[in-house]
Amino acid sequence: MSKICAIWRKEFSSYWYSPIAYIVITVFLVLMNWLFFRGFFLVNNADMRMFFSIIPWAFLLLMPALTMRQWAEELRSGTIESLMTKPVHDREVVIGKYLAAVAFLAVVLVLTLTTPLTVAGLSENGLDWGMVITSYLGAFLLGSAYLAIGGWAGSFTSNQIVAFIIGVAVIFFAIMIGESLVTMFVPSFMVTPLEYLGLQRHYLSIMRGVIDTRDLIYYITVICFFLYLTVRAVESRKWS
Amino acid sequence: MIEVKDVSKSYGTTLAVDNVSFKVGRGEIVGFLGPNGAGKSTTMKVLTCYIAPTSGTATIDGFDILEDPRGARSRIGYLPENTPLYDEMGVLDYLGFMADLQGVPAAKRRARIDELIGICGIEAMAHKDIGELSKGFRQRVGLAQALLGDPPVLILDEPTSGLDPGQIVEIRALIKEIAKEKAILLSTHILPEAQNTCNRILIINEGRLVGEGTSEELLEMASGEERFTLTLKGSADPAGINAGLAKLPEVSNVDQLRANGEMRFKVSASRGSDLREALFDYAIGHNLKLLELNHDTTSLEDVFLKLTGSHSSGLIMEDTAGGERDE
Repeated sequence: MSKICAIWRKEFSSYWYSPIAYIVITVFLVLMNWLFFRGFFLVNNADMRMFFSIIPWAFLLLMPALTMRQWAEELRSGTIESLMTKPVHDREVVIGKYLAAVAFLAVVLVLTLTTPLTVAGLSENGLDWGMVITSYLGAFLLGSAYLAIGGWAGSFTSNQIVAFIIGVAVIFFAIMIGESLVTMFVPSFMVTPLEYLGLQRHYLSIMRGVIDTRDLIYYITVICFFLYLTVRAVESRKWS
Repeated sequence: MIEVKDVSKSYGTTLAVDNVSFKVGRGEIVGFLGPNGAGKSTTMKVLTCYIAPTSGTATIDGFDILEDPRGARSRIGYLPENTPLYDEMGVLDYLGFMADLQGVPAAKRRARIDELIGICGIEAMAHKDIGELSKGFRQRVGLAQALLGDPPVLILDEPTSGLDPGQIVEIRALIKEIAKEKAILLSTHILPEAQNTCNRILIINEGRLVGEGTSEELLEMASGEERFTLTLKGSADPAGINAGLAKLPEVSNVDQLRANGEMRFKVSASRGSDLREALFDYAIGHNLKLLELNHDTTSLEDVFLKLTGSHSSGLIMEDTAGGERDE
């Protein structure tokens, strides 16, 4: 446990050493607020749904940008060797790095709170805070799942750009398999399983304000599955 | 402390390490000597449980690297090749992080780091970022990192590579200083380094151990005969001198070397004989002036060539003035 903490602390603080963290935060906040408020004043309704429906697409680019350095930099500079020859389990390193990315995601989400606060201030009838809170929970779970996938995608390569692109591609694929655009073309018996597997559907259902345990289980399973794959990918160096 | 039993490692179809066995005891500095690509680093990666051996195993201070890799790693301080460090971190942060991973108790952490900063001579650099450090200081930070947990076994992969001569001397002194209580395995492809720093040398070539022993023992293995070089000046016919030298007792072979106007000979004699007086007397007796007389010593380079049966060793013979030769 203390090893996970040590890795978490190092990884989390190293986000702030690199410009990527600041770029991710700035781009995310500017983009989200611009896209949201552009439509907000036209609709003239104190509703955050627009905001949360952009999140899966904004995260698609930003979460892999957070995870792309996680392994690529270690593999490129060779520090992975001094890290993995310390008395730590591979899984402790994987979990520590993952939790650091999740903590960064939490920071990003907290920084977006200015938007609902602004909306609440502007509206006369007040904001539906229940829906906002469940949506934040959904966004957190969705982002956490993206981070697990992005981390796994980056564990093969010493090139950050490759890590980023593979991450985006895999996440995009996982979103699309559940979208009606795709499920329209598959045999009917496959529709329900594919819809269940799609990354975005469960988020949309949480966003509606209903927290269904099936949705929670789905995201937790996705996270555990990809963390497991990452551990295996990291271990595989031993038998190369 | 380190016991390696029949370790082999192949990458696909290439056999990088072929059935290597050896032991390193407490208080010993063992040099792992071989050209680049001989399998030194691969063996070290196996010992530190970074990669798994294809067959065979090893124990580190009693911990088997396959059954208890975590236990084995907790007994090892390892300096990987090229000293990979996190450039963006500060020296103190980095050492703190490594201490946590090594399992140094939180209460002792600060004291231990301060102690090592003193031992490794990086006080002035403690508050800098690693990326700003010179190669010599990076190497010291790498060594400090390896020593954090006070491990009984140290594995150092080319600890002096890329350093300038002054730094090399300092790092060697540092290694000798910390060696007293520990078992140290260090790799090098620089002959004088192995000779100067190590109690015992393992020679590895193409994945196989081809020789083992103290540098004296290894030299003895290679020196089947004594050799003398002499330069003479006089009016006599070189061929006659050649024949004359060959008739001296115990001489097995005489070669005339090319020299500008001088007569230079290489005389080989049976083991243990000292021909210097006989050669001097020969020169006087034949009215020749003796310009040079040298009893050649066998070098580790000769040993290496003999053991590996190759013509060029890929080793660096000189004690690297101006750093290491580029490869």
